[in-house]
Amino acid sequence: MSKQVKQLDRVIIRFAGDSGDGMQLTGDRFTQESAAWGNDLSTLPNFPAEIRAPQGTLPGVSSFQVHFADHDILTPGDAPDVLVAMNPAALKANLGDLPKGAAIIVDTHDFTTRNLTKAGYAANPLEDDSLAEFAVHELDLTGMTVEAVKEFGLSRKDAARAKNMFALGLLSWMYGRPTETTVAFLEKRFAKVPDIRDANIMAFNKGWHFGETTEAFVVSYEVKPAPMPPGTYRNITGNLALAYGLVAGGVQSGLPVFLGSYPITPASDILHELSKHKGFGVTTLQAEDEIAGIGAAIGASFAGHLGVTTTSGPGIALKSEALGLAVMTELPLLVIDVQRGGPSTGLPTKTEQADLLQAMFGRNGESPVPIVAPQSPGDCFDAALEAVRIAITYRTPVMLLSDGMLANGSEPWRIPEVAELPEIDPKFATETNHTTTDKTGEEKAEFWPYLRDEETLARPWAIPGTPGLEHRIGGLEKGDGHGNISYDPANHDFMVRTRQAKVDRIADSLPPLEVDDPSGAAKVLVLGWGSTYGPIGAGVRRVRKAGYHVAQVHLRHLNPFPNDLGEILKRYDKVLIPEMNLGQLSLLLRGKYLVDAIGYNQVNGMPLKAAALADAIGTLVGEAEGIEVELVATDAKTKEARR
Amino acid sequence: MSTTALPFPGLRGVPEADEKQTAKEFTSDQEVRWCPGCGDYAVLKAVQGFLPELGIRRENVVFVSGIGCSSRFPYYLDTYGMHSIHGRAPSIATGIATAREDLSVFVVTGDGDALSIGGNHLIHALRRNVNMTILLFNNRIYGLTKGQYSPTSEAGKVTKSTPMGSLDHPFNPVSLALGAEGSFVARTIDSDRKHLTSVLSAAAAHRGTSFVEIYQNCPIFNDGAFDAIKSPDTKADAIIPLVDGEQIRFGAERQYGVVRDQDTGSVHAVEVADVAEKDLLVHDAHSPDPTTAFALSRLTDNGVLHRAPIGIFRAVERPTYDDQAREQVTTAHAAAPGEPADKLAALISGGDTWTVV
Repeated sequence: MSKQVKQLDRVIIRFAGDSGDGMQLTGDRFTQESAAWGNDLSTLPNFPAEIRAPQGTLPGVSSFQVHFADHDILTPGDAPDVLVAMNPAALKANLGDLPKGAAIIVDTHDFTTRNLTKAGYAANPLEDDSLAEFAVHELDLTGMTVEAVKEFGLSRKDAARAKNMFALGLLSWMYGRPTETTVAFLEKRFAKVPDIRDANIMAFNKGWHFGETTEAFVVSYEVKPAPMPPGTYRNITGNLALAYGLVAGGVQSGLPVFLGSYPITPASDILHELSKHKGFGVTTLQAEDEIAGIGAAIGASFAGHLGVTTTSGPGIALKSEALGLAVMTELPLLVIDVQRGGPSTGLPTKTEQADLLQAMFGRNGESPVPIVAPQSPGDCFDAALEAVRIAITYRTPVMLLSDGMLANGSEPWRIPEVAELPEIDPKFATETNHTTTDKTGEEKAEFWPYLRDEETLARPWAIPGTPGLEHRIGGLEKGDGHGNISYDPANHDFMVRTRQAKVDRIADSLPPLEVDDPSGAAKVLVLGWGSTYGPIGAGVRRVRKAGYHVAQVHLRHLNPFPNDLGEILKRYDKVLIPEMNLGQLSLLLRGKYLVDAIGYNQVNGMPLKAAALADAIGTLVGEAEGIEVELVATDAKTKEARR
Repeated sequence: MSTTALPFPGLRGVPEADEKQTAKEFTSDQEVRWCPGCGDYAVLKAVQGFLPELGIRRENVVFVSGIGCSSRFPYYLDTYGMHSIHGRAPSIATGIATAREDLSVFVVTGDGDALSIGGNHLIHALRRNVNMTILLFNNRIYGLTKGQYSPTSEAGKVTKSTPMGSLDHPFNPVSLALGAEGSFVARTIDSDRKHLTSVLSAAAAHRGTSFVEIYQNCPIFNDGAFDAIKSPDTKADAIIPLVDGEQIRFGAERQYGVVRDQDTGSVHAVEVADVAEKDLLVHDAHSPDPTTAFALSRLTDNGVLHRAPIGIFRAVERPTYDDQAREQVTTAHAAAPGEPADKLAALISGGDTWTVV
């Protein structure tokens, strides 16, 4: 039977099931297939903090959303077009996010009274009209899977576990995904357990065949590859890109990377990844606590390695004092904060960007620390390299603020040419740099650890083992130049200002900001940082598509701000700052530039949504230009036109 | 040239000095600012005198300290040094020692720094057996913050923060270090330069974490805490000297010895006249089993000090964290030869890729 193939420009699918149902793997495989097909894509994993929350309950639901398109896209998408729900809890937990008309593929097998009760359903939603406005496909995925793999003689439990692959096969058929990579993946993953391997491959293939032959689905869809700049691509998560960026930082600086880290969600994958790359001279130390992680990294930096520590917000709180030591001793150090929901333990597996002020000010004394932030999963690679450049060039700890969405989300990444990566020269001190005359008039060559480079104000980095440069550093205030302990009031004032000036000078090394204002007529500027780049960009596009003017700037550097930021802010009547916090960047901008920044703030552990953001931008454009802004109608129209 | 030829496995990999160095060369130009009469002066002198004896290059010596009176130590030595933050010196030293085999790393710490705020780092350094020497100056009091009780102060101690007496049961640092899997654990006294130097030499010779508790008098806030073991009148009865391979005997007439309680396994002091010669304990610092070393550490008074074993409780060989960490790097590096840039290119292009033309 030949089925109709419908063209679509983009699709958002959400796979949802119990934590143990393998939804992350399913989503990841669908993503890899889509990447291989050449779509642009963006993903959003969403899972509970508990490893195995009670089965069948709402807190136990794990989901993976993938947005793929035939054009350049920026976000994992606001609302799924298709929901795959493996049990009642998965249906209930995700239903609220579905727009009218969305397709729901339900595994009916688990819709038993017991499971319905666990999910909080009084009645079976498949049997009443509560799903009337959706296109519901009721399938016994589990039953079909068990039947499909019976020849392998697995226990019923093991057989049923392959249902995620059956679902993946079905969805792969529905959207014409190439299947080779998944088959190869399953062969490798289960190489040691042939029964399980063959059952999973069988379930996957049977899922595809079921789609092909069943009358339940009359059409399949095609989403053509997206035109992308020439190059070799791979799909990459933020944590992986960040780890690669750190390896690259070591290669480009010629310094061995030394990671001191304590496991914490959602940063641990960077530790896992770096521990695989000892072949690059990378040392990873799983420390006894967060403080020891940064302590060991500081020690390694003092010894001439590239010291790195990775953590999330609670870990930063513990590392604060040691970070102050790195500020005082002016040693290169990378502090990676993969932000999650706070305060305290907060929401370990959800995203937030509420550590900005902690990064800026979360230490005693005047303790300036440069801050950089990546804007997309792939951009974590470049952000890490930039952090390495700043840390080494300016002899300073640098904070890199990633977040849970970047860490676990993925996108196609154009693999850079290594020859095009920046080289970073550590410029170790090898000779004395000062001459003193003693009482007898005799001249003596000395090493002064706090004699600074005139341009960067960086101090020399003399590593142990260098003869004649023996010196002591520490947390007590230093005398300017010679670096001995000094309690002199004027010296302290001078050193406080000098440390600040050194960080401020980093701005002189930054390229001009990219102002995205195609018409040049915008009165409203949307300014963001970090992972909100995608939703902001998508929101801005919607507003422009509806015929209005709006400008967008996204900050890589949060401290210091780029030199041209103040002037850019002045050009616009209104400045909107979308953030996943209560207005932390807004506060900084208001303080520094006296700009009447308007916040758009959401702190629900999830990424911003492009549609809601577009509405906020539209409202502001209306106010700034004194016009009526109609986004929704236009948007609906374009949506209609697309269909 | 490296020191593999020297009798100091602990310094393997550290380059030898071209010529003999002097204590003066190891002395920095900074004015020493401890209180008059502080036990730290004696330790500093001993260390400045002992370092040249190691025969290693001065620029390959690193002293790391935390916070407290003793932690000013690095400023007074003309080596590389870091005066870090409270309690964290072992973690910083772990980074230094793991990063660089060619450095000889010392940690200078106190009873508050190492056992209170930094207790976690201390036990984990010992457990990992990172190649470093930890000198714990134990004066049983907080000095720099002006006289509060410390985790080694005897219970009931009346201080500024405990006017009705402290309630905390103290740590026995040697017991703690042994319990934390320490491979080299010793105790010495600030005022006995000869013993101090001999223990330091053995500590430097040891590969792994060497833990040396130094009884150190604070003349301002806890004067006389160690009088029993320092006073010529009492010290013969108060010090139980531990010498590897020798019978444990003490007292002016060597009239006391140590025997094991057959029921409990603990040890206690006896008059040698009261027991059979064969029952007197002979010290074995190299015993793979730490049980006897621990039992000996319990002969230390945890109240006011009247008696304490002094010497090397335990010195055993065990693989070090840093040697093994470097070995893993070396092995992985050898398994993946090539130019770093080519390896990096291969790494980032791994996984499923596709090309857009």
